[in-house]
Amino acid sequence: MNRKYEFSFPVEGKNFDDAGKASVEIKRLLKELGIAGDVLRRTAIATYESEVNIISYAWKGTINVRVTDNNISIKIQDSGPGITDIEQAMRQGYSTADDRIREMGFGAGMGLFNIKNCSDGFEISSKVNKGTLLKILINR
Amino acid sequence: MNLTLLAEKLNLMVRCSGDGLDREVSGGYVGDLLSDVMANSKTDDLWITCQSHQNIVAVSVLKEHAGIILVLGKEPDKDTLEKASREGIPLLVTELSGFEAAGRIYNLINE
Repeated sequence: MNRKYEFSFPVEGKNFDDAGKASVEIKRLLKELGIAGDVLRRTAIATYESEVNIISYAWKGTINVRVTDNNISIKIQDSGPGITDIEQAMRQGYSTADDRIREMGFGAGMGLFNIKNCSDGFEISSKVNKGTLLKILINR
Repeated sequence: MNLTLLAEKLNLMVRCSGDGLDREVSGGYVGDLLSDVMANSKTDDLWITCQSHQNIVAVSVLKEHAGIILVLGKEPDKDTLEKASREGIPLLVTELSGFEAAGRIYNLINE
């Protein structure tokens, strides 16, 4: 049987009050679909870090999650300032976060690194002053 | 060891009991960087931190922690308390430092 489920969540930039709200909802829906264990754990980390990235750096964005029998594909599209040097942004510890973001314990330069670590497929592309597109694949 | 017993032995102040303090604590994690805690803490861990703002609650929900302990007598923000009770996450406060809290909890759960 080939089942597919798809859901999308909008994320507002700069709104730290709701940080994690989309990821908690995504995790709840995935649990309902019977996803558990390591796959659920990795998806939660990937969506949370992506959500925090939109809030921290972009103007707004969307997290789209597609679940099939074989995998979970997550597409995160934002409109925002984009990333000038992706290689640098991927490096653990590198961050352009301001003091306010860092005081809350965000902006440690671990986000993209964590996402990649949790994914079986990872693609990132960005246009300065347009936005960033992140595609993540997690095998079930 | 569950949270009720830990709270009693270490004089932890319960600010929100969440879904209950009878949940077993199997281990813990100390950290103030949310990405570090997301990546490295485990389910049923007790999270020891000095971050008191509302964003800690979503991290604990996603990681399914047994609860959060705020150190150095840091009180949770009003939003943090509201979110924790809505999401069922126990929130406790101690005057101890992160080092002392972790050390004593480690000894108690491994007794």
